[in-house]
Amino acid sequence: MMPFQSSPLLVAENLSHRFGDFTACDNINLQLYPGEVLGIVGESGSGKSTLLNCLAGHLAPSAGQVLFSTRDEGVVDLYRISEARRRLLSRTDWGFVHQSARDGLRAKVSAGANVGERLMAVGARNYGQIRGEAMHWLERVEIDTARIDDLPRNFSGGMQQRLQIARNLVTKPRLIFMDEPTASLDVSVQARLLDLLRQLVSQLHVAAVIVTHDLAVARLLAHRLMVMRQGQVVEQGLTDQVLDDPQHPYTQLLASSVLQA
Amino acid sequence: MMESVIEQQQQQQYQQAAVEPEAGYNFAFLDEQTKRMIRRSILKAVAIPGYQVPFGGREMPLPYGWGTGGIQVTAAVLGRDDVLKVIDQGSDDTTNAVNIRRFFRRTAGVATTERTADATLIQTRHRIPETPLSSGQIMIYQVPVPEPLRWLEPSEQQTRKLHAMADYGLMSVGLYEDIARLGKIATSYDYPVVVNNRYMMRPSPIPKFDNPKLDRSPALQLFGAGREKRIYAVPPYTSVKSLDFEDYPFEIESWEHSCSLCGSDASFLDELIVDDHGARMYVCSDSDYCRQRVAAQSAQSTPSGEPS
Amino acid sequence: MNQSRRIEVRQLSKTFTLHMQGGLHMPIFSGVDMDVDAGECVVIHAPSGAGKSTLLRCLYANYRASSGSVKIRHAAQHGEALEWVDLVSASPQQVHAVRNGTLGFVTQFLRVIPRISTLDLVAEPLINQGMDAGAAQEQAKTWLSRLKIPARLWQVPPATFSGGEQQRVNIARTLISDFPVLLLDEPTASLDEGNRDTVITMIGEARERGAAVVGIFHDEYVRRALATRLFPLPA
Repeated sequence: MMPFQSSPLLVAENLSHRFGDFTACDNINLQLYPGEVLGIVGESGSGKSTLLNCLAGHLAPSAGQVLFSTRDEGVVDLYRISEARRRLLSRTDWGFVHQSARDGLRAKVSAGANVGERLMAVGARNYGQIRGEAMHWLERVEIDTARIDDLPRNFSGGMQQRLQIARNLVTKPRLIFMDEPTASLDVSVQARLLDLLRQLVSQLHVAAVIVTHDLAVARLLAHRLMVMRQGQVVEQGLTDQVLDDPQHPYTQLLASSVLQA
Repeated sequence: MMESVIEQQQQQQYQQAAVEPEAGYNFAFLDEQTKRMIRRSILKAVAIPGYQVPFGGREMPLPYGWGTGGIQVTAAVLGRDDVLKVIDQGSDDTTNAVNIRRFFRRTAGVATTERTADATLIQTRHRIPETPLSSGQIMIYQVPVPEPLRWLEPSEQQTRKLHAMADYGLMSVGLYEDIARLGKIATSYDYPVVVNNRYMMRPSPIPKFDNPKLDRSPALQLFGAGREKRIYAVPPYTSVKSLDFEDYPFEIESWEHSCSLCGSDASFLDELIVDDHGARMYVCSDSDYCRQRVAAQSAQSTPSGEPS
Repeated sequence: MNQSRRIEVRQLSKTFTLHMQGGLHMPIFSGVDMDVDAGECVVIHAPSGAGKSTLLRCLYANYRASSGSVKIRHAAQHGEALEWVDLVSASPQQVHAVRNGTLGFVTQFLRVIPRISTLDLVAEPLINQGMDAGAAQEQAKTWLSRLKIPARLWQVPPATFSGGEQQRVNIARTLISDFPVLLLDEPTASLDEGNRDTVITMIGEARERGAAVVGIFHDEYVRRALATRLFPLPA
């Protein structure tokens, strides 16, 4: 792993979000550095998915701000810029892998079109090149390139997830958000996907924020962990610190609850 | 002798001077407030080339799908001194064209013509005339589905957003899919274009053959969709570019044949089956253009100008 | 400050609070001071259960110190000047950087990552530091050969290996990076005599190259072979 640079890629300051009277996220502060993988762990209702959506530009927070260091335009306040700019950045500078591939893929177009879409959205106009890039990324996520013209529904669940990842990586984003990327997959399929994610993250030096309820996934992928409970961060630190020497009662509860196979 | 009588009758049918409109109708059927509303929409549309402007479409005496949008636009811009041409699939004498022309005859009494060059207003379904248009003319297109992204994105809310952000990657995806599956871009009519380097537009179901005519046309081009209640426009001399890929550039249709009547090899040809054995004839779709050429050729062959 | 000092621990204490057991406090050690220089091999010496592993893990910042400081001499970039980083108060990013470039830890057991082959596992730290994959794999092969892991096992993930084989892979994976500071927790416990001697030689070589080593060795033979100093941990 390359040493972390001195300025963060993503900063959340006093981030809160309320749904009516219910506080989903309460005054969250975090920094993410280039190449770093941050795991956000917690049980259902902890607010981790809400936090992820606020960080990824999908949900304007009730309070606080999200600052992102873009490739070409310096640091932007994610919710002060226009929706058009935010959408563009969400295609070029960062990516989002949904728990269910159905939410992250276009079901009616081929795998190649799914992977190439972002390139076309930012103005790529050479069919041969777009197709070439699509093939390259299919290979990278270990999908047989002969299936480039197949529809997503003809792929298995694990392959669909890998396709989703390829679709996100094609514009070489510096940050990927992942919402329970392996939760809806069979265990054996999960292992392969986690391996792939591990490799890609280290090879491409891409930062990631991964929301998961599975501590084993967090251990494998994340450098750092944030433990959330009822909208608050109860503990954070290096992954091995949080899992091997948990300080907060809730973290100790979580760590002790993990079943060993 | 018989021929010239028929010709004269035909002349009367398609080339008619202005008359008094029928009593009981406002000029061109629509009331003046409605016309003002439509004109405001048209002005907006002209100010934002290619952008779909919603308008309060009225009930017209023919159902959706028969050109109510085009008729309302025509009714809003029509004046007493205008000369109106109406075509359908390039021809002045199909049912649709005849009915619409008669409608404006009765409610506005305007002069009508079948000669493209003589018209000030041309309402059309599915074709652009071969004869080049000139400055001062207005083309009015009948549009069934105004939204170019509709088949890729069913939600109106979403497509409006995509237009607002010039987010047209989805259309390129559609073209990519065509090439991946069929080896070429399959769209042959209503071929999507980008207007003034900004808005993506559907030019109505004209064949892609006609797309180049949209680009920097001296005429004002107005598009009316009655069922969807949208108006859009391309002002004169505006750039209109058909979508393509660098390595799969936009191409128009071509035929091996030329027109059986006038010999043109530069116009859009209709294929006609003439007998039960499947014998075919290729004829210009634009009947006025074809007729003009035939007339010019026979004038050449008989210098006196009398029919041969 | 002694130029060859690599580790400086001051007033280190560790107490576990077990909230699952009603907040039970378990003090392990307190007031620990330790200095380790380049070329030294300091062996933590105490009865079983006294907290040797805990101390070692505090040196790696795997366990969080309850109080005190753990300073490691670290160069931010290769070839740059050395500076002191206190792992107790440093940011997670800094700790990570120290672990990446300076501080290695041979744990008692290999943490198995499914599906990764032995060769890739051992080559990974070098690839992460920017080495070309091919060159990294060549080096990995050298280490594995020395530790007598047969070539036919190199493409196999170590999950099915014996304890001794897994431990040899674990050792290769850490020593391959040539860390200036090495922490070793019973590295030879599951090894036979031959392999044990190989590992002793390797650690000796690291020490000779200037590494500062802190270790826990149950086996007196190993202790005698490697230790330059014993560090007693009061119970």
